[in-house]
Amino acid sequence: MSENGCEHRERVLTMDTMNPNIKRVEYAVRGPIVQRAVQIERELKMGVNKPFTEVIKANIGDCHAMGQKPITFFRQVLALCSYPDLLEDSKFPEDAKSRARRILQACGGESLGAYSTSQGIEMIRQDVARYIERRDGGIACDPDNIYLSTGASGAIVTMLKLLVSGEGMSRTGVMISIPQYPLYSAALAELAAVQISYYLDEDNCWSLDINELRRALQEAKKHCSPRALCIINPGNPTGQVQSRQCIEDVIRFAATENLFLMSDEVYQDNVYADGCKFHSFKKVLFEMGPEYSEKVELASFHSTSKCYMGECGFRGGYMEVVNLDPEVKIQLTKLVSVRLCPPVPGQALLDVVVNPPQPDEPSYDTFIKERTETLATLAEKANMTQEILNQVPGIKCNPVQGAMYSFPRLNLPPKAILEAKEKGQSPDMFYCMKLLEETGICLVPGSGFGQRDGTYHFRMTILPSKEKLKIVLAKIKEFHQHFTDQYS
Amino acid sequence: MYRLQLLAARSLIAGALDQFTPLTLTSSLTGVRHKSQGPSVEKYGQMRFSTAEAKVSAGRLDGKMREKSLTMDTLNPQVKAVEYAVRGPIVIKAGEIERCLEEGGTKPFSEVIKANIGDAHAMGQQPITFLRQVVALCTFPELIDSPSFPEDAKWRARRILQGCGGYSLGSYSASQGIEYIRKDIAAFIEQRDGVPSNWENIYLTTGASDGIMTILRLLVSGKDSSRTGVMIPIPQYPLYSAAISEMDAVQVNYYLDEDNCWALDINELYRAYQAAKQHCQPRVICIINPGNPTGQVQSKKCIEEVLHFAYEENLFVMSDEVYQENVYAPDCQFHSFKKVLYEMGPEYFNSVELASFHSTSKGYTGECGFRGGYMEVINMDSEVKIQLVKLLSVRLCPPLAGQAAMDVIVNPPQPDEPSFKQFHQEKSSVLGALAEKAKLTEQILNAVPGIKCNPVQGAMYAFPRIFIPPKAVEEAKALGMQPDMLYCLRLLEEKGICVVPGSGFGQKDGTYHFRMTILPSTEKLKVLLGKVRDFHISFLKEYSALE
Repeated sequence: MSENGCEHRERVLTMDTMNPNIKRVEYAVRGPIVQRAVQIERELKMGVNKPFTEVIKANIGDCHAMGQKPITFFRQVLALCSYPDLLEDSKFPEDAKSRARRILQACGGESLGAYSTSQGIEMIRQDVARYIERRDGGIACDPDNIYLSTGASGAIVTMLKLLVSGEGMSRTGVMISIPQYPLYSAALAELAAVQISYYLDEDNCWSLDINELRRALQEAKKHCSPRALCIINPGNPTGQVQSRQCIEDVIRFAATENLFLMSDEVYQDNVYADGCKFHSFKKVLFEMGPEYSEKVELASFHSTSKCYMGECGFRGGYMEVVNLDPEVKIQLTKLVSVRLCPPVPGQALLDVVVNPPQPDEPSYDTFIKERTETLATLAEKANMTQEILNQVPGIKCNPVQGAMYSFPRLNLPPKAILEAKEKGQSPDMFYCMKLLEETGICLVPGSGFGQRDGTYHFRMTILPSKEKLKIVLAKIKEFHQHFTDQYS
Repeated sequence: MYRLQLLAARSLIAGALDQFTPLTLTSSLTGVRHKSQGPSVEKYGQMRFSTAEAKVSAGRLDGKMREKSLTMDTLNPQVKAVEYAVRGPIVIKAGEIERCLEEGGTKPFSEVIKANIGDAHAMGQQPITFLRQVVALCTFPELIDSPSFPEDAKWRARRILQGCGGYSLGSYSASQGIEYIRKDIAAFIEQRDGVPSNWENIYLTTGASDGIMTILRLLVSGKDSSRTGVMIPIPQYPLYSAAISEMDAVQVNYYLDEDNCWALDINELYRAYQAAKQHCQPRVICIINPGNPTGQVQSKKCIEEVLHFAYEENLFVMSDEVYQENVYAPDCQFHSFKKVLYEMGPEYFNSVELASFHSTSKGYTGECGFRGGYMEVINMDSEVKIQLVKLLSVRLCPPLAGQAAMDVIVNPPQPDEPSFKQFHQEKSSVLGALAEKAKLTEQILNAVPGIKCNPVQGAMYAFPRIFIPPKAVEEAKALGMQPDMLYCLRLLEEKGICVVPGSGFGQKDGTYHFRMTILPSTEKLKVLLGKVRDFHISFLKEYSALE
């Protein structure tokens, strides 16, 4: 026996014995580059000398971490709900108090600490339904079709879980855009579903081409059973806003091919470009008439984490399901019940997001001012990012029409590509790692989102403050020129 | 047949049956339903799916019915196999009765008392003031200037916010949770156990459920006889069986000893393990201590035996300790698996892989809605640990308000701080009341002929054994229902009391139970127990008369 006895017992859980599906999961947004960034931050704190004084994290759409301020009204309501003694405090406005009272009345024991029903608090689901009706020009929304969730991610994974079945040729295939938000590829890997990639058209402002959908589907049919189509609109990481026409085409395609539609609309308020407008899949579906609205199965997702509120930490969100088979709906409710319920503070927050101050209420002016400022600043930064990046030789950036990211294409010298490959790294990972080491800027390589072979990108958020964003962009410019020189 | 029709005619039971049709309905039963009460099933269906149903039938009329892409036939079969009784058909039914009462419907009772779920605040337990003060301060930091908040709450809130990106609860945290809070948790564990705890082994979670699922997901692999087997107690908390179904792992049952106060018998572990080895690869053992639904508190000796067993048989240990503060019996004490493992010496603590789970939802805080929790993972392979972090990162992070609540629980007011007195008083009063209700429940239930209840040593539930007359068993079987489901449905229908049948947790064949929480206020609990007694006696009479 060895001194500590370790050798006698092999571990139960090792790389060889663990769930192989999990090994295949990748999630670049919090991948190796971000872990290195955290390490560098620690090194800086310990006084290690670097060519920069701080790490700027432009890897994740984390608004508050980048200095965006919470909407006062939302936080007032949440504080009142958390500690109802404050309802007696005259410093809180009446509209915040009335919202808090209403939310608490809908909670078991009038407490945020009670479990809610697994689908979410009924009153909040009704508020969400009315919000969707207003947004979509009066198209009816049934609160029974609303499921509150733990961020949008929770709901997306749940829907995919329902859809995955079959073996071999009949295994469920799920169509996702490339580039995509890697939650999708990660969930598909874990569920051992088949990922069907359709490529967005970079030369055409990352638009979705229906012929490409057809191509991808036909090819996939040879080895799996394609059953769902995922769309992210506005796009992550690509920032495009889909036209109404394009959404109609997608819906028609889904109807013809009998695909379940999943529409990720968490950036619906983040539309900056003139001439672009957000259209929800639900609205377009219903405007296409009963032939479509009575048959196409659709799940749409929204969240409290993006838009002007940026409340990521509360993990609030919802999904609306349309035309879901009633028996499957019971199964869905059963499945979500195992996790008991989404966090109740996140549900409360969602309620204020869908039910904000009205013109005749005391908090209205402040609320509008804060919201407008946040969205205007984002629009300005979207524009600035695109302009500055496009000035750099070897970088080409599509307009950031919406969402929170720029996904520019990089022209990398062959020598750099070679060196990366020798290191076993994808060339844009090599590029981003070097950028991080030399400038302290943390971005995510395009390979983490998927891209056409032989093209290279990175994703950066437009969230740092204007001043900081200018610095980030200038540093990238300098780095890129230096990198190109070095490897040419 | 007459009895059967009479029973089926109760719209309530028919409705509840309909709810779990996909799980348990047999074809012979379908026949019975069609014959005896087709129309009411139809009506019930429309009531439940008003809009969706209307759309479907409209589609049919047009002759344009497109086959759906997601149906019961194409649904993930593992999802179909999931069962979760705590929020199952009986609870859905209770919700419907509540709505009916609200709309002025008449029932032989004026309110539904829900004793189905450990939802303390919903049952009137008040939040701990200090915890809520800290959360409110974190949520709306302007309050830090308010003189009406105590300094110790402000100090904690500032510290939590300093751990948050942009000093906001609205930022994402690291996927493992806020570093400060992980360190506070490690310090709490060290203080509790008197053995070291490394903060890097701590992962915050979305309630304990999420941590349990995550660890199980890592562990499930292999095919056929090499498929991962997971040993769980019977009776169990159905999160385990649900997760095992969903992941298509093999459930390996070991039975707790009801005659011995639900104690864990090591011989039974060996039996279950040996039997399972024939068809799967047992790789994990799950323990719930204090027990849910069974309320027993494990002795130190028993924990040692389990750890030794896990060591010998090379099992990963998952220890669900969410009720660690809820110990009522004077001769019982909570021992963490972590502590006992360390006390068994380096041979054990350097090798046995252990994940322990805790939560904000139980204890004296009962903050279920915040979905806070953590797990401590020991001896996990370092490469697997990287995989774990990766897996957690896909879901970004646990809710920050829940993380903040967890921090307060592991770092409560100290004797020299201004909030100590009130905090201590609130905590003792909650735990004192629970201890009293645990005793009361056991006593009253044991006074009913045909009910036998083990002492509620800890946790929040009684799991009494109920005698069900053979005629009632027969009737339930003819309906394709578990006998204790029939019993609980009738208890709900006749008395407005919602408890969960023992079959939802698992039990020895031929025994019947229900789980009820001890959470209602003492007055309400007395009413509830009185109604259970009356119901049980009349139920026995009714069915014994048929013998």
